[in-house]
Parts: sequence; C-alpha cells; structure tokens
Amino acid sequence: MTKAAFEGRRGWMSLLAKAPPARLAALLPDLPAHEMLRSPETGAVMVQGRVGGTGAPFHLGEMTVTRCSLRLGCGAVGHAWVQGRDKAHARRAAAADALMQTDRAEEMQARVLDVLAAEATAARGARATRAAATRVEFFTMVRGEDQ
Amino acid sequence: MYVAVKGGERAIDNAHAWLAEERRGDPSVPELSVAQIREQMKLAVNRVMAEGSLYDPDLAALAIKQARGDLIEAVFLIRAYRTTLPRLASSRPVDTAAMAVDRRISATFKDLPGGQVLGPTFDYTHRLLDFTLMAEGEPPAAAALPLVAAVSPQRDGGDCDPASRVPHVTGFLNRDGLIEDAAPEDSPPPDLTREPLELPAGRPLRLQAITRGDEGFILSLAYSTQRGYGRTHAFVGELRIGHVGVEVEIPELGFAVEIGDVELTECETVNQFKGSKTEPAQFTRGYGLVFGQSERKSIAMSLVDRSLRWRELGEDDTGAPAQDEEFVLYHCDNIQATGFLEHIKLPHYVDFQSELELVRKLRAEARAMKEAAE
Repeated sequence: MTKAAFEGRRGWMSLLAKAPPARLAALLPDLPAHEMLRSPETGAVMVQGRVGGTGAPFHLGEMTVTRCSLRLGCGAVGHAWVQGRDKAHARRAAAADALMQTDRAEEMQARVLDVLAAEATAARGARATRAAATRVEFFTMVRGEDQ
Repeated sequence: MYVAVKGGERAIDNAHAWLAEERRGDPSVPELSVAQIREQMKLAVNRVMAEGSLYDPDLAALAIKQARGDLIEAVFLIRAYRTTLPRLASSRPVDTAAMAVDRRISATFKDLPGGQVLGPTFDYTHRLLDFTLMAEGEPPAAAALPLVAAVSPQRDGGDCDPASRVPHVTGFLNRDGLIEDAAPEDSPPPDLTREPLELPAGRPLRLQAITRGDEGFILSLAYSTQRGYGRTHAFVGELRIGHVGVEVEIPELGFAVEIGDVELTECETVNQFKGSKTEPAQFTRGYGLVFGQSERKSIAMSLVDRSLRWRELGEDDTGAPAQDEEFVLYHCDNIQATGFLEHIKLPHYVDFQSELELVRKLRAEARAMKEAAE
C-alpha cells in the first residue's frame, strides 16, 4: 500500500468509526451483498494515558468497542473497529471500508465520507465557539502592602 | 465467615419484585429514560464510568437507573459487566496536548499561552437553588464566539482552533528547567485488572488504581494533605477538560486508527521543590487524569499522586495516610470496600454460633473459678 493510500484508509476508517451511527445509516442505507469474516463482536479496549501527560504510559480504564470484518462479492475485504456496542454500526462501517476499495470509492467519498467529514468539523467548531465565548482574562488586583 | 444458606426463594423473589416497583416510584410520574439520564445526569454518568473503569455513557446511565441512583451500586454493575467483555486491544497512550478543550484553566499563570477557557463550570455560581429548574422551560442558549475572534493576540501565540495543539503549562516551566521533566518512555504499564496489585507499586500502577478509586476517598485523602498530613503545597498548574481521540492498532491491518474519543479531565499540579547541593531547586509535579468531566476527582488524584512520591523525591515519611501506598491503594476501590463491608450483613449464623458458644464457655469457667474461690 502506498503512503497516500495508507493514510487515506486510516482517515476513512476513523471517520466511519466516529460517525453517529444513525447518520451513517441514513447516508448508506443499503449494504452490498457480503459474507462475514468476523461477525460483529463487542469487547473492550484498554485506554492508556501518560504520567504527567508526556511520561510513562499507564492504564486509564477500558472503553467498549465493536469490531467486524466482511468480504464483498468482488473480493474486497472491509474491517471496522468502532467505539461502543452498536453491531449494525460496525457492520456498516466495515461494508463502507470494503466499498472504498472498489470502483464505488469515488461515489462513497462524495456521498458519505465528505458529508460525514463536514458534519464532524461543524460539530467540533460549534463546541469550540462555545468554549471561546468563555475565554477569560484575569487581572491581578494590586494590594495595599505594595505601596 | 459467611456460610451458604438454603431456602427463602419466595421471599427473595418477592423482595426483588418490590425493589422493581420501588425503583419505578409513583407510576403517575413519567419514567426516566436511559437517554435522559445520560444527557441530564451527565456528571453522575461520568463518575460511574470513571470508577466502573469502563467508558460507555449508555451503560453507565442504565446502571444508574437500575441502581436507583446509588452510584456505588451502579459502579458495581459496570465492573461486573466489564468482566464479561473480551479485551480486544490496548490503545496508544492518548495525547492530551491534542485535546479539543471545553475548559482549560490555570491557577498559577493568568496569561498562559493559548488562553484560559472557563467552559461549562459551576465555579462562580452562587450555589443558590434555582427554582426555575422546577418549572418547565428551555435554558437560555449558550453564547458562541466565532473562532477568528477567539484567537488571542500574538503575544501568547495560541488559538482556539480545535485542530491545533494546546500546549501544557508544565511544558513552559520545563523549558526553563524550573520543573521536573516527565520524559517520554514506552515501557508497557502494569495492569491491576490482570495481575494482583503488588507493592511497592510504580507510579503507573498507582495512577491506574487512583483513577478508578472512590472519589470521596481520594478527595478526603487529598484534603488531608492540604491540612498537613503529608503536605506537598500544590498549585493547580493546569486543569483541562475535553475530548481526545483514542487510537488503536488494528491487528488485521498493521496500522493505528482513531476509532473514537473519550472525554477526560486532566490536572497537573505544581508542587514544592526538590533540590540539593548539586542540583538546583525545581518544582515537582502531581498528575490526575480521569474519564469524563470529573474535576474534583482529577485535582484530588494529582494531590494524592504527589504525596505518594515522597520516597522517590527524597522527602520524609511523616506517617501520613496519603503517603502510605499500601493504605491508599488497598482502600481506594469502593467495590472492594463495599463488597467486604456489606457482606457482614449476610447470614453468618454458623460463625456467630461458635462465638456464642465460646463466650458462654468463658463465662461458665469464670463463674466456676469464682465459686471455687468462695
């Protein structure tokens, strides 16, 4: 896999995983015919932090994750790891990952991925603007003993 | 010792049916949905996720509903559930400098690069009951500032662009060598959910235990250090709340994908110095990182973390509880604590019978000796 293709797949797998499941289902209502290589399975991923933000890793706690692998009729294999316990989401994300490796990639990009990316950016932006409105400037009062 | 008992099935079934009825409360009042708890009792959900050690807001909300709002019981339900999940992987360490911050404050620098952001905080509220919440109605919309206007002047070089990195305050202090370093390293951390907790514990193991520990216990220990039992004189160098991406190496593909994100609260304290004849004085650090918006817990965690570091930093053991690793780590888990505490209410008839016999025997012996003496 070339570096660009590798980065591309990393990007779309992440976008599909982080998409609100209902939104992904609305954008991609019909799944192509496929066979399951690994039926959706829910488990846990241990999340790690770092001591002091930058130091040695430590275990922070687990999060629920669902994974799924499938193969389309044309042979393309799709994988998905998504946060949470939504099996339909994992299956749909795996199907979308497989479709991105077929000649439907361009259509998928325009009809699903670009939409999801724009919506994710808008959601992040909306939150950031609320945070920005609470940005504060503190002033230190001069106390009597300084005079 | 608890000894198994038989019987009582019908009474137990009836008790549980009544419990379900009591959980529902007055049927003329609308039932709470799990989504309502998740959205409107978010800080309770966060606490259950942090102490249950499983990030899943829907499950935490369900646990709170099932537990009738008893948060330790809810944590118990989550801990029990998590044992049924296969461990699929371990994530890469999260990068908190890349956090999309909702809140970021410093008690040490008013002009910290990147700016201070209050976020949705209880601070500066008057703690007066708001009776408008008892009436129906929509809250006023939160103000929003376009990101362009939010960008700070050049002097601090920071901005609020969510895609940009928000540097840690300790990083600025570290640039001048004023604070101890937290040098990157990648040794695999121990995991107390896989191996029994053994002492002495390194800092990664302590942090794992404390971040899932009981908020009340950690809070009280932290408070005890402020009152002088293992004092470390902490300032909140930085407190930040927001979402960070979680990257997992996908074994089928051999590369890492950001598969989701978690909300975290991170606290870094700046504490009093260490130094010697050969090394100049330097601030030291305590660290707290907790699932969800869990500000109190995260500050408390950094104070307790710092107190436990006395040996490593060459400080005196004053015998304070917060300096005693065994005391802190073996008592901070509220599920272990409540399990052992509450089991004493279960039938101990055989155990108690033997004690009863012993007391009777001792009394009889004493009486016999008294009579012999007379």
